[in-house]
Amino acid sequence: MTTLNNLQNENEVLISLQDVYKIYQTGETEVHALDGVSLEVRRGEFVAIVGASGSGKSTCMNIIGCLDVPTSGSYHLAGQDVLTMNDTQKAKLRNKTLGFIFQQYNLIPKLNLCENVELAMLYAGMPAAERRKRSLQLLEQVGLADKAANVPSQLSGGQQQRVAIARALAGEPAVILADEPTGALDSQTGREVLGYLQLLNREGRTVVLITHDNSIARQAERIVRLEDGKIVYDGLPDGDEAAVQ
Amino acid sequence: MCLHQAFVMALKSLLARKVRSLLTMLGIIVGVAAVIAIMTIGRGTLAKVEAQFDHLGANMITVNIYNRDSTRQITVKDMYELVSSRPDLLCDLSPSVGLGGGIKYGSDRYQRTVISGVSEAWPQSQLLELADGDFLQYMDVERRNRVCVVGDYVARQIMGGRALGETIKIRGQNYTVIGVLAPYDELSVQNGEGGADDIVYIPYTNILKLGETSFVGSYTLNSRTRECSEQAVVAIEERLLACYEKDDYYNVDSQKERMEMMLAMQGSMLSVLSSIAGVALLVGGVGIMNIMSISVAERTREIGVRKSFGARRQDIWLQFIVEAGSTSAVGGLVGVALGVVASALACRFMELPFIPAGDAVLLAFGVSVGLGVIFGFLPAGRAARMEPIDALRYD
Repeated sequence: MTTLNNLQNENEVLISLQDVYKIYQTGETEVHALDGVSLEVRRGEFVAIVGASGSGKSTCMNIIGCLDVPTSGSYHLAGQDVLTMNDTQKAKLRNKTLGFIFQQYNLIPKLNLCENVELAMLYAGMPAAERRKRSLQLLEQVGLADKAANVPSQLSGGQQQRVAIARALAGEPAVILADEPTGALDSQTGREVLGYLQLLNREGRTVVLITHDNSIARQAERIVRLEDGKIVYDGLPDGDEAAVQ
Repeated sequence: MCLHQAFVMALKSLLARKVRSLLTMLGIIVGVAAVIAIMTIGRGTLAKVEAQFDHLGANMITVNIYNRDSTRQITVKDMYELVSSRPDLLCDLSPSVGLGGGIKYGSDRYQRTVISGVSEAWPQSQLLELADGDFLQYMDVERRNRVCVVGDYVARQIMGGRALGETIKIRGQNYTVIGVLAPYDELSVQNGEGGADDIVYIPYTNILKLGETSFVGSYTLNSRTRECSEQAVVAIEERLLACYEKDDYYNVDSQKERMEMMLAMQGSMLSVLSSIAGVALLVGGVGIMNIMSISVAERTREIGVRKSFGARRQDIWLQFIVEAGSTSAVGGLVGVALGVVASALACRFMELPFIPAGDAVLLAFGVSVGLGVIFGFLPAGRAARMEPIDALRYD
C-alpha cells in the first residue's frame, strides 16, 4: 500500500490518554464506564483492547476516535489536545488521522461501494475524478473492484467489511480504529479481515482493535485488558493475565 | 464539501426514494400549479374584459336623465352647446331615442327589432363598423331623411342578405337602407332575434318629429382621450346640476369607470384565489419539513458514519438543506409544467386569451424553493447538531 509520509518518528506517542474518567449518571447511581484510564499507543503498534461487555472498552474506543468526550482527564492525539477542540477541528482530525471500521460495517445503504469508500475523500475536498480513481484502487486492494457499482446489500458480510476497510484507508489515516471488526463474521472470514489489519500494521499503520475474542486478540502485538473501567493488564499477548476470563 | 456535491447527493437521494419523493412534492406541485393556473386564467379574464370594454369604446360616456317632469329640461341643443364649449374634453355627441313598433319588410312585421334614433356621431362612441354602405350623415339627421342603417341580423335573416338600397317600413313610412353594420361579436350578447344585431338606426330627428316625445333622456359621447374621461364626466355633471339642482335626476357613466370597477372586482377575486393557492404551497412546505424530519431520523446512523469520516456540522446541514431545497425545486418544476399546461387548456376551453405569466412562474417556483429551504432548516439543524456517538448508536 502507499507509504505514509508521517511515519518518520517510529516511536512517537500517537495516542495518549491520561487519567480518563467517563461517568454516566443513571438515576441515583453513577456508572464509571472508564475509571481512571491512562494509556499510550506509539506509532506503528497493533494494540488489542479486550474486555467483557460493559468493561468500558467501547467507551475507550469512542474517546480515542473523538466520537465521545470523557468526563475528566486528558486526551492527546498525534500531539494535539482533543478535548479543547471544536466540532470542526475534531471533524478534521477524524477525517485526516483516524479511520474507522465498525462491527456492523456501517456502509451507507443507498451509496454504491465507490461512493462509500470515497466518504473521507469527499469531506477532505478531493475532486470527484481523483476520488473515483483512488476508491477503485482501494477496492482493488481488498479484491472488490469488480463490484464497485454495487450497493452494500448485494454483498456478503465479509465483503462488506472489506469495503469498510477500504473506506477506513481512504483518508490515509495514521490510526485505524476497528471496533469488533470480526464480531459479525464467521471465523473464516473473521481471520481474513484480521489478516488485512495485520497487513496494514506491517505497512506502518497503527491499529487499535477492540474485541472480546481471545483468539483474535492474540494476533495483536500488545493487549490492553479492561475490567470495570480499569486497565487490569497491559502487555504481550502471551501473558497469563491477557486473556478475558 | 461544495454545493455542487451536495446537490448531486440530494438528487441521488430523491431518485432513490421515488414514490416517497413524489408524495412529498405533491403539496408543492399542487400549490405551484394552482398559483400559476389562477394567475394565468385571471389575467386572461382581465385581458378579455379589457378587450370587451375597448370594443364597446373605452372613451364612451353615457348620460341618462331620469326626470322628465321638471319644468327646466336639458335640451338636445343644450347638450350640443356643452360639447362645443369643451372641445378639449368632449366630442362625438349623439342623442339616443328608442321607438317601439318594430319594422315591416315586404309583408312581414318584425316586432322585436329595435329602432334606435341616433346622430351621425353614434358609431364613433360605440365603435361600430360597417360591413357595407355608409352610416347616417349629418345632412340625413339635419333634414330628417328617411334613411336607415341595419344590423347584421336584419340584413341577413330578415332581408335575405341584400339589404343595401332596399326599403323597410317604420310606422308606415318607407326608409331606404344606406348601410349595413358588421356583426357585433360579443359573446355575452345574444346574436339572434331581439339581440344586438337585430337593430335599425334612423336619424333621431325623425323620431322627435313623430311627436310622441320631444324629450331626449339618453346621450352617448366620447371623452377626447381615455385619460381625460374623469374630467369630462365632471364637466357634464356640472352642466346637468346647474339645470336640475339635484344630482339624483341624472346619471353620467364613463366606460373607463365601469371598466376599472370590473377590473378591481376581478382583481380582488384573483388575489383571494391566489392566497388560497398560496396556502396550498405553504402546506406543501410543511409536508417537506415532515418528510425531512423522517429522513433525518431514518438516516441517523448515516449521519454518524459521515461524521466519523470527517463531515463537519455544516456539511451535514448543507446536505439536508440542499435535499429539502431540491425536493421542493423539482416539485416546483413539475408544478410549473402542470400549471402552464392546465392554464393553457383552461384558457382555450374558456375562450380566454392565453398570456403566459412569466412572473407567476418565477414567483411560484421561487417561493417553493424558498419554502423547502426554510422548512428544511429545522430538520437539517437537528441532523447537524447530532453527536457522532449518539448518531452511530442509534437504531
